[in-house]
Amino acid sequence: MAQYFTGTDYLLSLPVVLLTLFALGILLIDLMLPKQLKWVNAVTAFAGVLFATAGVWRIQAVYAKGAGGYLGRFAFMQSMLVDRFAIYFFYLFLAGTALAILISVRYLEIENEHHGEFYALMLLSVVGMMCMAAGYDIVLIFIGLELMAISTYVLVGFLRRDRRSNEAALKYLLLGAFSSGIFAYGLSLFYGLTGSTNLRAIGNALQHQMMVRNGHADPVAVLALITTATGLLFKIAAVPFHQWAPDAYEGAPTSITGFMSVAVKAAAWAMLLRILVFGLYPLRSVYLPLIIFVSIATMTGANLAALTQNNLKRLLAYSSIAHVGYMLLGLVALASVDYTQPAFYDGFKGILLYLMVYTFMNLGAFAVITSLRNREVIGDEIDDIAGLYFRAPTEAIMMLIFLLSLAGIPPLAGFYGKYFIFLSLIESKHYVLASLAVLYAVFGLYYYMRIANSMLMREPLEKELLPLSWGMRAALGVTAVATVFIGIFPNWFIEAVNWSLGLTQATPIAGLMK
Amino acid sequence: MLHLALFTIFGAVAVAGAVNLLVQRHPINSALSLIAVMASLSVEYLLLGAEFVAAVQVIVYAGAIMVLFVFVIMLLNAGEEELTRGSRVAILVGIPGVLIGAVLIAWTLVQHSGTGEVAIGALPGRPETIGWLLFHDFLLPFEVTSILVLIAIMGAVVLAGRPVPTSQQPRKEA
Amino acid sequence: MVPLSYYLVLSGILFTCGVLGFLIKRNIITIFMSIELMLNGVNLSFVAFAAHWQALSGQVFVFFVMVVAAAETAVGLAIIIAVFRTRATLNVDHVNLLKL
Repeated sequence: MAQYFTGTDYLLSLPVVLLTLFALGILLIDLMLPKQLKWVNAVTAFAGVLFATAGVWRIQAVYAKGAGGYLGRFAFMQSMLVDRFAIYFFYLFLAGTALAILISVRYLEIENEHHGEFYALMLLSVVGMMCMAAGYDIVLIFIGLELMAISTYVLVGFLRRDRRSNEAALKYLLLGAFSSGIFAYGLSLFYGLTGSTNLRAIGNALQHQMMVRNGHADPVAVLALITTATGLLFKIAAVPFHQWAPDAYEGAPTSITGFMSVAVKAAAWAMLLRILVFGLYPLRSVYLPLIIFVSIATMTGANLAALTQNNLKRLLAYSSIAHVGYMLLGLVALASVDYTQPAFYDGFKGILLYLMVYTFMNLGAFAVITSLRNREVIGDEIDDIAGLYFRAPTEAIMMLIFLLSLAGIPPLAGFYGKYFIFLSLIESKHYVLASLAVLYAVFGLYYYMRIANSMLMREPLEKELLPLSWGMRAALGVTAVATVFIGIFPNWFIEAVNWSLGLTQATPIAGLMK
Repeated sequence: MLHLALFTIFGAVAVAGAVNLLVQRHPINSALSLIAVMASLSVEYLLLGAEFVAAVQVIVYAGAIMVLFVFVIMLLNAGEEELTRGSRVAILVGIPGVLIGAVLIAWTLVQHSGTGEVAIGALPGRPETIGWLLFHDFLLPFEVTSILVLIAIMGAVVLAGRPVPTSQQPRKEA
Repeated sequence: MVPLSYYLVLSGILFTCGVLGFLIKRNIITIFMSIELMLNGVNLSFVAFAAHWQALSGQVFVFFVMVVAAAETAVGLAIIIAVFRTRATLNVDHVNLLKL
């Protein structure tokens, strides 16, 4: 009998196991903590994230080195593939979660809902995200997706006394479960077409069928692709499947809104790229028009809707949908060329870099909004930020940095995400799309500047601000420094993305596409 | 022949239950018709040889999950649903749209899913073979499932279990 | 012998009935039941394909879908109870504090 559970399996599941253990530990410790000491839960959760990071670093040191390191290692009978793509996303999830934990502590105290379950759910949802990023079997991807989604539903509804929070959780749950159902139907059709649940086997079988049919896709494959892609586009909140996002973002606890807009979104992107690029690459000529349509609809719809919003969280929700539209353009470039072309890599690079940059700048913006929460003020209306510069100049300047970066102003980090995506569009000869995207990017400047205008030019409404907690200071500092630093020294971070795609190694990502 | 007859009977029951779920106005009637759908589906699973899935379908789906539904309907004393303007628009737009979608899906599946036929009890999915797969090929998803169940329990406790502190005023509306 | 496509069409009908219920029903609990109906359609299609390919992994997927459905139901009904506590309605049109 072969050995089913080897040392490789153990090491590759180490981050997941550590996060689970810490989450269970939080649940136990929480029972013993008096109300004043609930911040210990946050410390435990943060320690869990650090340990998991160490675990990922260990995997990277052992398995992702040298030539051929890109290919990573399979574990658990090929249901999990920890390659550099997965490791890159592991780091992103952990960074987003760590920052979200830092900004949550004071907020939960003010809301009087400071329970250990909050942090435990956050850690467990990261377990789900890791399964999504590293899943190479649709069973594992599906279970990871649900693990992440269900814990996020609970987190969104965590403020039980708040009617907006309930309602957001309900809408998120209904649309989330609905989209999971559609997604599962698509997966069942792919299983039916290929007879396997493994992504590589599915990809190979589809490739074979395309060859047999002279490059035309089987109608059942088209149906399967449409349903699967609908589920995926729901999860990344692309127009017209975005209805849940503004509601869920507005009603959720503000720190969770930040968490959802970076870590949960990155996980959905990891899953989308895994399935559409690694598994369904043979069908790329079929989904390319769909993605082009959705990306244009997303940029148009989100940018127009953002103009009229008066709630900061809702405005940033629409802005985050608009960013999804730009990232989808990277997918357009990537899917319209062969994987040997530079546009393939620049599109991929653009999406990955965008997600990293976005993690810092968007979470920074949400950290500032979270810090506006006061005993009496919910602090998420655009009026609540009025005159912030006169009340708290440091926060206002940081917010300005985040907003400029979100708008994609050159010396800041946000510029480089857009830069590679536009570059890849030009390389793949989508000139119209490229100019449209630039136009919308300029357009987006308007609503970001509306926030800045309210912050810098308007008279402050008489509202005192609570002093910032240590966690908030740390989070704001890290996000602001990262946003500026990535903008000024982009090369290191581009190198990191190149590393994750294996571009500096002998065996680039192309090894997986065969 | 027997296979086709059984398939048709229980397939018809399932479709009738599904349509009844949509037509009924009171949620308890919808819940009962959903149970009928699930029970007849478990017969279809038996016809396909999926013994374990059929058993789990009855025990977990028709048993546990639907009992939860019925329990909540009773707990909240849910009455008949009222027709609102939103629902009329949804009916007017939804029914034709979904029907077209259904016809397209059915046509695609009939025309292009090959000429394969399934014999009765085609693939015996006995508990031991399923268990072997679960603990061998699908070990990691299976373990992750346990976390999923834990989250479900935690979520229920957080959202519905703990009493709301009475000393606190409800949050002000924006 | 029954053609595979019969089973697939049955699963497709159940799935679209679920989608239709999600769109037209107004009671939150019934909407949630429609989602269960969709998942049942998915399960039938998995089991039929498993019989077609003589591969048990399809049946295993059904097992996972059921666990997911159970977890989703537990959390979903908890959320429904929380919503009902704060506003005493089960009509989804009356849950409209956040503008769509």
